[in-house]
Amino acid sequence: MLKDWFSGKNEEETKDEKNELSKEEDQGTGGFFGRLKEGLTKTKKGITDRVDDLVKSYTKIDEDLFEELEEILISADIGVNTTMEVIDDLRERVKENKVTDPGEIKGLLKAILIEVLEEIAEPQLNIGTKPSLIMVVGVNGVGKTTSIGKIAHHLKKEGKNVLLAAGDTFRAGAIDQLKIWGDRSEIDVIAHAEGSDSAAVIYDAIHAAKSRKMDVLICDTAGRLHNKKNLMNELGKVFKIVNREWEGLAMESLLVVDATTGQNAIQQAKVFKEVTKISGLVLTKLDGTAKGGIVIALSRELKIPVKLIGVGEKIDDLQPFDPKAFVDALFDDGK
Amino acid sequence: MIFEGLSEKLQNTFSKLKGKGKLNEKDVNAAMREVKMALLEADVNFKIVKDFINRVKERSIGDEVLESLTPGQHVIKIVRDELTRLMGETQSKIEFGSKPPTVIMMAGLQGAGKTTTCGKLALHLKKQGKRPLMVACDIYRPAAINQLETVGKGVDVPVFSMGDKEKPVNIAKAALEHARKNGNDVMIIDTAGRLHIDTDLMDELRQIDRELNPNEKLLVVDSMTGQDAVNVAKEFNESLEITGVILTKLDGDTRGGAALSIRGVTNKPIKFVGMGEKLDELEAFHPDRMASRILGMGDMLSLIEKAEASIDQKKAKELQEKMRTQQFTFEDFLEQLEQIKNMGSIGDMLNMIPGMGGKQMKNLQVDEKELVYIEAIIQSMTPDERVNPSIINGSRRKRIAAGSGTTVQRVNKLIKQFEQTRKMMKQFGNMDKLKKKGKMNMPFFG
Repeated sequence: MLKDWFSGKNEEETKDEKNELSKEEDQGTGGFFGRLKEGLTKTKKGITDRVDDLVKSYTKIDEDLFEELEEILISADIGVNTTMEVIDDLRERVKENKVTDPGEIKGLLKAILIEVLEEIAEPQLNIGTKPSLIMVVGVNGVGKTTSIGKIAHHLKKEGKNVLLAAGDTFRAGAIDQLKIWGDRSEIDVIAHAEGSDSAAVIYDAIHAAKSRKMDVLICDTAGRLHNKKNLMNELGKVFKIVNREWEGLAMESLLVVDATTGQNAIQQAKVFKEVTKISGLVLTKLDGTAKGGIVIALSRELKIPVKLIGVGEKIDDLQPFDPKAFVDALFDDGK
Repeated sequence: MIFEGLSEKLQNTFSKLKGKGKLNEKDVNAAMREVKMALLEADVNFKIVKDFINRVKERSIGDEVLESLTPGQHVIKIVRDELTRLMGETQSKIEFGSKPPTVIMMAGLQGAGKTTTCGKLALHLKKQGKRPLMVACDIYRPAAINQLETVGKGVDVPVFSMGDKEKPVNIAKAALEHARKNGNDVMIIDTAGRLHIDTDLMDELRQIDRELNPNEKLLVVDSMTGQDAVNVAKEFNESLEITGVILTKLDGDTRGGAALSIRGVTNKPIKFVGMGEKLDELEAFHPDRMASRILGMGDMLSLIEKAEASIDQKKAKELQEKMRTQQFTFEDFLEQLEQIKNMGSIGDMLNMIPGMGGKQMKNLQVDEKELVYIEAIIQSMTPDERVNPSIINGSRRKRIAAGSGTTVQRVNKLIKQFEQTRKMMKQFGNMDKLKKKGKMNMPFFG
């Protein structure tokens, strides 16, 4: 029933587009993409089945159909505003192309969503200089430390020299958690004691990365709610130091967003973007039943590209984000 | 200020709803569209929204509009009441077993905040004179046990752990023995975050459930959760028959519609809310506050409430009549001032009115002292003067100023403003129009 969209010819086609992160995993049908598919299958079922059922129950395209499509998008956390815009767009295209068959409507809807994501797509991590820096930020509990463990593992497997900085000096156990991830991939972790100054740890790590001639430094930061002024100011201070010390070198500032999150993610992204100049998103926990539709709203409203997605708890469960694959997986009809 | 847009939208919808008496279907439908949007924006699951809207519609159409409210406000009042009702009661109690130790099991998705909440709950119980024990059953997430141990130190509550090699159910069983031996009357089991569709891990929870038969099984949910909250809550509830919910990270600015979704599918009480990263920041759940928050116009709702409680309907009607016939006197004005004072500070009131909060009003500071002066001046007038201000001549003004401890200028200003207002009131004819202009019969301020 479900189309294996990474098998056969499809795989050959998509292979070239893949981020360097995934090169090794790209080989087999299992492993990396197997897990993505597994993860997204659950995501997929929701929207696909419902669109199919819906389309079958209509013999012509009318307002009721649009309204129900609206509901389906909203139920994927795409959000009211973005949904309205997308549906308006769809309505126009139906008119322009003189579409009368309800069966064609899904293709049009898919195309619109892919466009939204592709317009700003930027799958490559900007880690071109030696050393390069990846800052990881986000609200509490989204999976920052876990994502860092996975990213570090991939870069290491690519042969890069990676260094980690335990910048979350606040949460109990956070430093140990990062150290365990470091041990798993045999990567050094620069850490101070719990409760110490986060900026100081990161400052030390920056100098360590430079003097040890590392390829990539990845810095963890404490989870913080974006509406906490003082915590955001503190993060601003960290970034001030980072920007000064890292001038002229490649840097990524990744915001980690939990796929389970609703509309609040927009506010999160807005505020974090102001303070840290977010260059990309990591969308985590896509292996649940949450659909992660919020990234469509984030792409459309804030123009922040999704770079990576988390599809499981294992160290390999991290994927480069591919807009077409993402939307295809949501809508794949097995043809 | 994020929700200002919504409040304004609702205000606009309200101003379109004219006429008094019974609510008609058209009024209701117009308001419902905005409410629906508000709920969806707040992440309430769309199915729950649909049911809810239908119920409110049914209840609203034909309902008598309260005198003090506009029809739109009245609809919102019904929405708020219904929402509060659905949200359940304030029930921040832990059910203790008849025989100690009481066993509390925490469960939830990854990153919901279980471990932190364990510590908060332990502290809460400790303050009640209990002797809690925390049990480290998250053997999967790296350093989860360390985290619980650190949290335990923070609240000075012992932590039972057996490392990450033993099965969680065995750890829990051993902990129960430990608690009995050491006189711990409550034990709180921290479990690993898991997906509701992960059958193996859900089985693990069921095992603990079977073996220890916990008194409380609390689902910990991130208040920022979106549409998926229904699936999560439904699955956990079906697998475990949870006894309650703890909503975390409510100190963020999420509207928290997940709360309604969870109630909708489980009908289990929300017992506590997490309000910060510090371990004493666990609070009781207030259904009315949550309802207001989800609607994103809480302050407007409190205003409705206050207006309902404070304004004496009959007097308001008499006043309206007096205004129309220009018989409004200082005596009436004094009475009005009393009512306004009952409603709280003017600054608060202005802030509560959607569209008036925020930027526009920031520079407009209402001097509460001004009220005191006005009151003093009116109280220094004779009954004759109050009813018939035209007799107040120069020497009377001097006397009033001296009597009220103010100046003649101030008295002059008040009388002049009063006359102007009377004229203006006549022009407007009735109070409703004044209210809609946001002037609320308070022409003396600003």
